[in-house]
Amino acid sequence: MSQPGHESEADMKARRGRNIALALGLVLFVILIFVVTLVRLGGNVATTPPV
Amino acid sequence: MAMATAHSTTRAPARWQDYVQLLKPRVMSLVVFTALTGLVCAGHRVNPILGAVAILCIAVGAGASGALNMWYDADIDAKMRRTRGRPVPAGRVQGADALALGIVLSIFSVMLMGMALNWLAAGLLAFTIFFYAVVYTIWLKRWTAQNIVIGGLAGALPPVIGWAAASGAAPLNAWLLCAIIFMWTPPHFWALSLYTSEDYKSAGVPMMPVVAGAASTRRQILIYSVLFLPFAIAPAFTGLGGAAYLGVAVAGGLVFLLLAWRLACSHAGDAVGQRNDDGLYDVRAGAKDARNLFAFSILYLSLLFATLLGEHLLGAAPLDLLK
Repeated sequence: MSQPGHESEADMKARRGRNIALALGLVLFVILIFVVTLVRLGGNVATTPPV
Repeated sequence: MAMATAHSTTRAPARWQDYVQLLKPRVMSLVVFTALTGLVCAGHRVNPILGAVAILCIAVGAGASGALNMWYDADIDAKMRRTRGRPVPAGRVQGADALALGIVLSIFSVMLMGMALNWLAAGLLAFTIFFYAVVYTIWLKRWTAQNIVIGGLAGALPPVIGWAAASGAAPLNAWLLCAIIFMWTPPHFWALSLYTSEDYKSAGVPMMPVVAGAASTRRQILIYSVLFLPFAIAPAFTGLGGAAYLGVAVAGGLVFLLLAWRLACSHAGDAVGQRNDDGLYDVRAGAKDARNLFAFSILYLSLLFATLLGEHLLGAAPLDLLK
């Protein structure tokens, strides 16, 4: 592995690719949790008897 | 214990594709397919988004098992032609990174399954990951020639997880799907190991051909194939499979038995040191019978589950021949 500050072009390109993949993964995970919450919440509201 | 191989300044940097490779995408695709079959066969109406989340959790859980396996088995993988190009033995990813990825994805997949679907499915998923990573990889694989017989349970559980995710239960028919894959595993893997046994021998893995010899392995493949056939046909008797399934199971089962018989009568695995490359399908002439059974076993299992999936999606009536 290269030392920080002495990264080659290939190192930087690979790191940029990893960072983008990680960011995309985290964004997708947040969206997934949001959608699952909506679906679960919607289902529970629909099955709750009216007061 | 497995450790990453030495790194050097000339080593290629880890790309995101290397981390995807840690998740064993090819194995993941088979897991997704069988889990989807279990989910659909459960017959419960599942919200499509939650159904997709369940399949995603099972896929990620399987991937996490793969990453944990590649972390622990890096020393073995480095000695085998088929696996020496994997990210950890090749030095592109550090073993600790593979371990961290496996643990994080295991926790995320199990927790999401529990919160989005139900905790029975989450518990079964957690057990499957534990069984593959700890019981099979760390314990059985290096200890006994029965490693893939017992360890096969990990690969057989996804349809049960899918069924449990959809219905919150794991009835007998779900376990029948599990039993089909469980009984299919020994002839499938031993056929492969008959023409890759040199790799396993050099890595010190006690696969059946290495420990008991090729002739004994061929005999055991035939025995397991005979035992496997009733399980493959059984769904037509339990209200799970229909007429199409019965036809595919019987016709394919007979071909499976024929190939197992031809393999038992062959000398596959006897000759050593003539293998040319790393391919799973390109083998020396004497091992063609082993390769044929290995290739057909994948086709047969895929056909069985595809037929079940198709019947349930199209609403075809199950036979239930016991009634």
